[in-house]
Amino acid sequence: MSGTAPAQSTHPAAHPAVGVSPLMRPHYPVGIVGYGAYIPRYRLPASEVARIWTDGKGGLPVREKAVPGLDEDVATMSVEAARNALKRAGIDPALIRAVWVGSESHPYAVKPTSTIVAEAIGAVPNTQAADWEFACKAGTEAMQAAIGLVGAAMARYALCIGMDTAQSRPGDALEYTAAAGGAAILIGPAEESLATISASYSYVTDTPDFWRRPDDSYPSHGDRFTGEPGYFNHTLSAAKALMEALETSASDYTWAVFHQPNLKFPQRAAKMLGFEQEQTAPGLLVGDIGNTYAGSCMVGLTGILDITQPDDRILMVSYGSGAGADAFDLTVTDKVLERRDGAPMTRDYVARRTEIDYATYTRYRRKLRTK
Amino acid sequence: MELPRHWRLQNQRYGLVGEVCDQCGVKLFPPRDVCPSCAEPAHEQYTFSGRGQVYSHSTVYSAPAGYEEYAPYTVALVKLDEGPMLTAQLTDLGDQEPEIGMPVEMVTRRLRAEGEQGMIVYGYKFRPVMSQGS
Ligand SMILES: [Zn+2]
Repeated sequence: MSGTAPAQSTHPAAHPAVGVSPLMRPHYPVGIVGYGAYIPRYRLPASEVARIWTDGKGGLPVREKAVPGLDEDVATMSVEAARNALKRAGIDPALIRAVWVGSESHPYAVKPTSTIVAEAIGAVPNTQAADWEFACKAGTEAMQAAIGLVGAAMARYALCIGMDTAQSRPGDALEYTAAAGGAAILIGPAEESLATISASYSYVTDTPDFWRRPDDSYPSHGDRFTGEPGYFNHTLSAAKALMEALETSASDYTWAVFHQPNLKFPQRAAKMLGFEQEQTAPGLLVGDIGNTYAGSCMVGLTGILDITQPDDRILMVSYGSGAGADAFDLTVTDKVLERRDGAPMTRDYVARRTEIDYATYTRYRRKLRTK
Repeated sequence: MELPRHWRLQNQRYGLVGEVCDQCGVKLFPPRDVCPSCAEPAHEQYTFSGRGQVYSHSTVYSAPAGYEEYAPYTVALVKLDEGPMLTAQLTDLGDQEPEIGMPVEMVTRRLRAEGEQGMIVYGYKFRPVMSQGS
């Protein structure tokens, strides 16, 4: 049996103070026990996309983007990230009670990615498994649910993954940035954590900035909605509400990481919230790997965890089109120092790089019709 | 329809799970329940580290049915650190030429898909060991 805490006669959530603040706090303290990144090795320079579609003219939103190999998909990439998280955590995978994969590019339309991952890491059969969807915030949404599961002592560990192999229509503006990669975050008791999570907050509205219908291969985007009403309104509102409730400001945080659809948006959001460039630098990977969608701010967080020090405080804010943002307040513990060398660093994946041209890219992304 | 066969092999294919002989300690992959060196039953599961090196290799240009989209690709005989030898595809070579003695590590990848509608078959492949500490 996993839930060991005895049932209490008065439910703690029935307390009049609970639910007044929109902040979400677990009943028992939780945190990140292990983390792991994955970024595929191939890179398509943005200048290659420009060479094909704009005669090389115009500004480039990123330097290059990560492209998966022919034998990679969200399942295989999630397996590697999950194995890295487990190497750092050093726990028995049989104690994991949830394997949750957030993505908008699951390999099957019907058949969970999460069961493949759970099987490969040895978490089956005594586990919950599910695939999560909410554009680019599917992974952080799973993290919030995992905080609840572990925070209620229903489980000791829950594994959350944000991973994508983002598709874009040839010639579309998104083709410069739509990339592949992500991270796995293992949530567990605060005592075992390398970073504790004190609270999170979600800000959600119905905003049609980006979508894909079931039979389309490529997403559509409403240009008018992508910037202000979409990304900025939700990201800033979530960050501000969390910081207001916690009575913190940008200077209380050592590091901050935001969803990264391009280089400009997260830098502008950080500045508007009062963060300095140095605070976001280690988590700002979009220039080198592109927009990894559901993986974006989670893989950015792994870049920070690779270099952070005990007692550092981290703000993480995801953004998902449609639209919503999840904000998290984390504090690093001394366990980060002994655990982070247990698996490849995020920068090792960024450095492992083979440049490809547009022709190879169209083959790797199966854009060529062979029948 | 090969579905049941794939399902039975999943454990050894995804995670490189073999057996260890509790009599003489020899590690077996694939699992075959009887130790080839002492002929005693070997039933205990053993998960391999996934580390090994290339013993020999050859490149496939004309791929068998189901593997066409990956051609050309390299198949290698990989000697695992724990002893056993197995045949597997090398992946993520990038610009690197495969070499005898090259240190490799196991990754789980797509082996093939049974057409556009069929099941995706996942399993182990090996890639050059990732350098750490850049
Ligand atoms: Zn034996």
